[in-house]
Amino acid sequence: MNRPIKILVTKIGLDGHDRGARVVASAFREAGMEVIYTSPWQRIEDVVSISLQEDVDIIAISSLAYDHLIIPKLMNALVEEELDDKKVIVGGIIPKEDEEILLTAGVAKIFHPGESLDSIIESVERLMENQKEMR
Amino acid sequence: MEKINQYQKWKDDYERVRGVSSEEDLKYNLSGIPVKPLYTAQDFQNQSLSYPGLYPYTRGIYPTMYRGRGWSRRQLIGLDTPERFNERQREMIKAGSNAVSLIFCNSFYRGYDADMVDPLLVGTCGTPINTIEDMEIAFDQIPIDQISIGLNDPIGFTGLAMLLVIAKRRGIPFSKITGTSNQSDFISHFVANHMFYRLSLDGSLKVLLDHIEYTNKHLPNWNPVSIVGQHMQQAGATPVQALAFTISSGITYIEETLKRGFPIDSFAPRFTFFYDISISLFEEIAKFRAGRRIWAKLLKERFGAVDQRSMRFKFHGQTSGAELTRQQPLNNIVRITVQAMAGILGGAQSLHTDSYDEALGTPIEEAARIAINTQNILAEESGIADVIDPLGGSYYVEKLTDDMEEKAWEYINKIDEMGGMMEAVRNGFVQKEIGESADKYQRAVDRKEKIIVGVNKYQIDESEDKRPPVTRVAPELVDNHLRRLEKYKKNRDQHRVEQALARLREATKDNSLNIFEETISAIEAGCTHGEVIKELRDQLGFGYPNIV
Repeated sequence: MNRPIKILVTKIGLDGHDRGARVVASAFREAGMEVIYTSPWQRIEDVVSISLQEDVDIIAISSLAYDHLIIPKLMNALVEEELDDKKVIVGGIIPKEDEEILLTAGVAKIFHPGESLDSIIESVERLMENQKEMR
Repeated sequence: MEKINQYQKWKDDYERVRGVSSEEDLKYNLSGIPVKPLYTAQDFQNQSLSYPGLYPYTRGIYPTMYRGRGWSRRQLIGLDTPERFNERQREMIKAGSNAVSLIFCNSFYRGYDADMVDPLLVGTCGTPINTIEDMEIAFDQIPIDQISIGLNDPIGFTGLAMLLVIAKRRGIPFSKITGTSNQSDFISHFVANHMFYRLSLDGSLKVLLDHIEYTNKHLPNWNPVSIVGQHMQQAGATPVQALAFTISSGITYIEETLKRGFPIDSFAPRFTFFYDISISLFEEIAKFRAGRRIWAKLLKERFGAVDQRSMRFKFHGQTSGAELTRQQPLNNIVRITVQAMAGILGGAQSLHTDSYDEALGTPIEEAARIAINTQNILAEESGIADVIDPLGGSYYVEKLTDDMEEKAWEYINKIDEMGGMMEAVRNGFVQKEIGESADKYQRAVDRKEKIIVGVNKYQIDESEDKRPPVTRVAPELVDNHLRRLEKYKKNRDQHRVEQALARLREATKDNSLNIFEETISAIEAGCTHGEVIKELRDQLGFGYPNIV
């Protein structure tokens, strides 16, 4: 399986600050990944259906203003649709208390402000390698 | 002659040490303007500087500047319930504050009531206000005729409509209501802060013009337009781009208002600006000085303004949140101080300083106190405000002001040629420019060409998690709010509500009616914020940003 990593970069909930999402999406693209980028305010069901239709490997959610609170609902919806092989990663401002909640809900990795683009890309690639080994 | 010889001597000495001529040893600021190692009288010869309060206002818009009146120290406050907001505001008024800024919650910004969104997202980042009842709680016992009120109230202006219904009920004439619609600049929401972007572009313009028209007739002390460079610069625009794009938006808003038959001097004095202030100290100072000059020239030469008040480039500044780091967060206090100094030396009319912990979560109380004390220390200890435009006449600052002005005009002219700002955002030009600047900035950080202390240099091992505990909206508060909303809807006169919405619908089609006037009536009749915005969206189109 040598197809490029396919990654959905999106925002759910109410906030629309998308500088981080845009910059990360463009870095993924430059690193050779296939990127699907959406406008903000996606509903959970939208994220699920895009992930299904596009058969993405990774769902990257950017959250700066508490929209991460509904990520556990997204994780449940993915399980319900048997899409729990998709890795979900989260980037943005995630308070300490919520980090554990997200990880317990199945989020694979959380990125905080100050993370370099290279290290984000490297983490994504590593996630996919681990995934392959597990198969 | 002696002077010239000395200059040559310096150049020779410089070149000997650096191995490159001083003319070629350039650095570039955020706006891409080359910066030389030294500026001399040769760099600043032609520009006549004039004086503060005199055209073209390079040195400040008022003759006395901070000697007459200091900048307003205006901190934004959003608390999780209308009751708590009210309590805090009353404390602040008791402590001498004469200004109120209301930050609504995210669902309000998106144009929804609490019962239209996931309950987990109710009350995030600000105060949930859905009905006139919520607003009355928020402003209970607050003398709305004696304070200046800043409302973060995007297109639809339901927040101001609620405030005016309160004024009516208290018997306060609208002429006594003072303040600003801080978030009327829908173009900045379309390109940068999408959370506030509610209606289609054309629909937004129509609502804004009705708002300008209504306030012009009935609220002489209200600023209906605040043009926001802050969103764009936070989204990645360089300082010169943020300056140029806001001025181009200002041109559009002016031209459209003129088309409605208003003489320029009848409304232009009520236009204000809102900018981000980065840590690029001299560049920001030059941005504001250049902005004053461009706006004055435009108003006088292009729009034929005669009233000095029309030509004054009044602005509120907010220190840049995007530059704050999660790493070694106390370092942010220093960043915010430099940013605030740039705003003050740039001649801001009011200033918000961020809290040092904003890259970690919602500010804790101590951080919020340090933020306001940063301004207090600058204002009352440092002497920074003793002299008007203290950097005026500096060869460097004057040259940089000229350069920023020139570069801003290039953008403004280009956008004019495209057919104006509406076209430049519809075709994605502005978004593309901002996106490219954001990418370029992040890559420069990654390559360590742009240093951020604690992030790509001078890092320390920070295994200990310094994020403060968050103050989460308590679930019972959300429940209370939802119950109050349900009860409110049950007890109102449903027939009146439907009639008011029908009339609002009519106003979106019939130009003899005013959308804002009907919004006030709708709120008075018991319509909720979410119902009004939904009606406007149904009639004028839902606002989707143009993702480039």
